[in-house]
Amino acid sequence: MNWLLSKVEELSGENLYACYQCGKCSAGCPMVNEMDLLPNQVILLVIRGDESVVDTKTPWVCAQCYQCGVRCPKNVDITKIMEALRLIKLRQNIDHIKLEKVKKNLPQIALVSATRKYTG
Amino acid sequence: MQPVNILGDKMEIAYYPGCTLKTNAKEFEETAIKVFEKLGVRLKEINKWYCCGTVYSLATDNLMYRLAAIRNLIRAKEEGYDKLVTLCSICYNTLKQTNLMAKEDEDAMYKINSFMDEEPDYDGSVEVLHPLQILNEMMDEVKAKVKKPLDKKYAAYYGCLLLRPKEVAIDEYENPSVMERLIEALGGSAVDFPLKNECCGSYNVACNKEAVIDANYRIITNARKNGAEAIVTSCPLCHFNLKEIQKEVKKAYPDFVGLPVYYFTEIMAMAFGVKK
Repeated sequence: MNWLLSKVEELSGENLYACYQCGKCSAGCPMVNEMDLLPNQVILLVIRGDESVVDTKTPWVCAQCYQCGVRCPKNVDITKIMEALRLIKLRQNIDHIKLEKVKKNLPQIALVSATRKYTG
Repeated sequence: MQPVNILGDKMEIAYYPGCTLKTNAKEFEETAIKVFEKLGVRLKEINKWYCCGTVYSLATDNLMYRLAAIRNLIRAKEEGYDKLVTLCSICYNTLKQTNLMAKEDEDAMYKINSFMDEEPDYDGSVEVLHPLQILNEMMDEVKAKVKKPLDKKYAAYYGCLLLRPKEVAIDEYENPSVMERLIEALGGSAVDFPLKNECCGSYNVACNKEAVIDANYRIITNARKNGAEAIVTSCPLCHFNLKEIQKEVKKAYPDFVGLPVYYFTEIMAMAFGVKK
């Protein structure tokens, strides 16, 4: 097993090999128009050990809405796989946002959640 | 008054506000406390609480981000409550998922309880509820309190976190109806629309606003084309993303026609004739 796959499985607790690429996750994802890689393609690239996947937009656009996970016929919670990919970057001390650039007029609920999702 | 099963024999319940209910979403809290008082249910704010951390941490090894939610549940328990209600959809989701972990994951709770040396051990015994679950059992009481029946067509927008993951859903997760029943009980007409449980883009608003602008356009346009004259929601972040950025949506999509956005307790206050 390649290191990327084992890391993602360890962090997410999900079995990526259960995925049979039906694309239901991508069909239901509300943020898919913003992505450069479909959620089901993310799984394929992780299985192949293609490390370019951690530099795609997809995990950062994921809004943790759980739509993919509840609709997956194989019970793969893709939401957790996206979190694992974000954490691989964040735990190398590479933040996704610069806090000083975030607009100040946002409600706390947006600031706290963005800080949790986009910084390590 | 008939006892409400979900509340047991009590008509008072511990209330957890969360960060945004005290600032951007003050109108949500104020109307909620007043309309529940009208219904004979007291939302008693717990004496000490902290931000729940908003989003639930999903990594198997990240227990640290779940401590805030656990501490809030301990505060409610200390004050003698076995049920806790919270208005914000994100707080509800985070507290509910954390409590499920506390009930089911012994290993995680052993680590958390050992780490929080200063706190009593927590075992998941405080049930987390959303007010819509209480209202679901009180539709007749709601009807009886209506003084000025609503006269508009409302689209109930649930978003994601009241419904997913399905273990924490307050209603049928693919086709919820509790808010529609509430709208009808208040005299309004409820409009069904397919995007009622689609995410608004959430925290993308902090660094990828275009995604939220597009989601806003899709959701509001879809509601309007199904006949809605207003949107009803339960989440301060959905409320912000759907309401406060409508000017920017109009700039990006000149054909966009906005809609007013209300919290479900605001339309209840209107129908009950409660002054703000």
